[in-house]
Amino acid sequence: MNEGKTNHGPRVQISGVTKRYASGGGVTDITFDISGGTFVVLVGASGSGKSTLVKTINRLVTPDAGDVSIGHRKVGDGEPHILRRDIGYVIQGIGLFPHLSVAANIAMPMRIAGEDAAKRVEELLDLVDLPREFALRLPETLSGGQRQRVGFARALARAPGLMLMDEPFGALDPVTRDVLGRSYRALHDRLGLTSIMVTHDMAEALLLADRVVVLSEGRVVADETPVSLLGGAGGDVAQALVAIPREQAKRLGALVK
Amino acid sequence: MTWADAFDRVPVLLASHIILAAAAMALGAVIALPVGVFAARHPKFGRVALGFASIIQTIPSLALLALFYPLLLALSFQALGFLPSLLALALYALLPILRNTVIGLNGIDPAVIEAADGIGMTRWQKLHIVEAPLALPAIMGGVRTAAVWTIGAATLSTTVGQPSLGDIIFSGLQTQNWVLVLTGCLTAAALALVVDGLLAMVTNGIETRRRWLWVIPLMAAVLLPVAILFGQSKEPRTITIGAKSFSEQYILARVIGARLKAAGYRIQYKENLGSAVIFSALSSNDVDVYVDYSGTLWANEMKRTDVPPRAAMNAAVADWTRAQRKVTTLGALGFENAYALAMRGDVARKYGITSLENLRLPAYEMTLGGDLEFLDRPEWASIRKGYELNFAKTRAFSPTFMYEALKSGDADVISAFSSDGRIAADGLVVLSDPKGIIPGYDALLLIGPKASGDGRLVALLRPLIGTVRVEDMRRANLMVDGQKMSPEDAAKWLDSAILKRP
Repeated sequence: MNEGKTNHGPRVQISGVTKRYASGGGVTDITFDISGGTFVVLVGASGSGKSTLVKTINRLVTPDAGDVSIGHRKVGDGEPHILRRDIGYVIQGIGLFPHLSVAANIAMPMRIAGEDAAKRVEELLDLVDLPREFALRLPETLSGGQRQRVGFARALARAPGLMLMDEPFGALDPVTRDVLGRSYRALHDRLGLTSIMVTHDMAEALLLADRVVVLSEGRVVADETPVSLLGGAGGDVAQALVAIPREQAKRLGALVK
Repeated sequence: MTWADAFDRVPVLLASHIILAAAAMALGAVIALPVGVFAARHPKFGRVALGFASIIQTIPSLALLALFYPLLLALSFQALGFLPSLLALALYALLPILRNTVIGLNGIDPAVIEAADGIGMTRWQKLHIVEAPLALPAIMGGVRTAAVWTIGAATLSTTVGQPSLGDIIFSGLQTQNWVLVLTGCLTAAALALVVDGLLAMVTNGIETRRRWLWVIPLMAAVLLPVAILFGQSKEPRTITIGAKSFSEQYILARVIGARLKAAGYRIQYKENLGSAVIFSALSSNDVDVYVDYSGTLWANEMKRTDVPPRAAMNAAVADWTRAQRKVTTLGALGFENAYALAMRGDVARKYGITSLENLRLPAYEMTLGGDLEFLDRPEWASIRKGYELNFAKTRAFSPTFMYEALKSGDADVISAFSSDGRIAADGLVVLSDPKGIIPGYDALLLIGPKASGDGRLVALLRPLIGTVRVEDMRRANLMVDGQKMSPEDAAKWLDSAILKRP
């Protein structure tokens, strides 16, 4: 992924957020502060509440209690669709509009906001390393990795400062996953984004994040840098998750001896 | 009647059929689409709405049409013809469109919806940019199903007096004129297939974004009936002649129609109206003239159970219709279509039976064949009691088989209608009723409130009173029932017979 204009990722503050579902799950009294330009990865088992937490930031989920602020504004103020137009959102299922061309998908955030998208589509295809000829193709003709690149291009269309990603590489094969993960990290740095990503894969979290937040049963159990996590910090739940890639690395290392 | 004659009647009925079905579809879609969208977003409401639509679907369409009649009448709307047909058919079109809208919307990949919300679409943007196009194939499937059902069910609108291809199907069935029945059925089937094909074209056109593909069918749907209707000039004030669904009614309607037409009136027929509907239709001027039977009005409209002599009953009916419904009972045509008991001529002579009184003793060894209703009707109860008739056996038949059973000896006595043509054709003897127990079923000429004010019309019809003899009526009925002549031809013969007899 190459050049694009520089964004200034906003600060995100989560304070006392609680969301409970009748069927169980959700999050309880979560508070943390993400400074602008940070890449935060939320890790946890299924049902730990990490997706719910991310969705409270773009108001796809309304918390029962607590507040989320982006920059100086509370997300609860104003219309949710206006809020969401300034936040990039990438999901595991990608959710490209199957009846629309790649170009129309990428241009959609601008179209719904009433902006001109004519020139921007090619820039965005370049940004996510897709050939410009792809513009006229339908999503179904693309591979999974190519589709998620279109998903990223669409999320970046209006040059948001904040990106929310819910298992963005979850459905991709390991090679594509690795390439796309690194491409995005490079883009994050170059554009100066604030990125919040959800994954259940601790290895991915350690390799991409500035800061890893571990959730368990709806609560934050660890909030550390990758280095301190690898150094043994963060408590039992976090260490149990870190143990898996560490053990795998050890076994792989043993194989070549 | 030849194919060419049958096809002559098709264009007007087809145009009326298309307009009715298209209007019902449009109304059904206008209701079902927003309800479907709401139902997809609110599953609890959706279950209720779909349940309601399913229940409507289980009501037989004939009954649904008939139910709208009293409902609209009570609300003092136009109760016959277009409005009840439109409402009933629109209700029928509801379910497939509603169900497929819900299915189509629920079938969209949740990730696509999440993405649409996530990039900041408003509800309306999400609906028209994402949900509508993606649900469209399913919705169009529902529209196509609804169209085929509606076109089929529109044939039934003829029973509430709305012209449709059902007119020739019902008349053909009644007179066993298979050319008419086939013409009606094949035209309706062809219409359904063509519309289904055009809608498939529309779906294809929308999916592949070739606009012209749906412009063509749209134009066809609008232009065809308009063109047909312009081809047939529309008349201003038209006298509507009603008829129930049997040959005698068709014939008498045409005798009346021919006389009015000859005098310069524009006329139209509303045939196959149910007994329960036709008198109310006359009272509310949806029908201007028709022939009903004194006993029917006596029991069904006046709710009387006693049996006065014929003349007294006719007078009482005339007083009641004028006072209660402003309907003119012009008078009795001269014949009765009453329930009667009939026997084979040779058998009757053998036993020397001419009246119900003679039947008491022989009845102990005889079998009575009744039509499907007769054995449960009050008339039979009164006859049995009055003449102390105890048949060895009673059996119920459909009318056609009843006459066969009499021929073959499976029944010795049958219930018959006194003006039925088969009485003369089969050489049957109708047993007389010396005690006057069977209520009179004199054919009465009735004129609706509005037409009653037309002195010329009343004067034109008055000469028919007292001129139709039961022998002539039987013969005319036989021409249609037995010899497969058209009601028009039988009416011509009957009118000439009326003129010959002073």
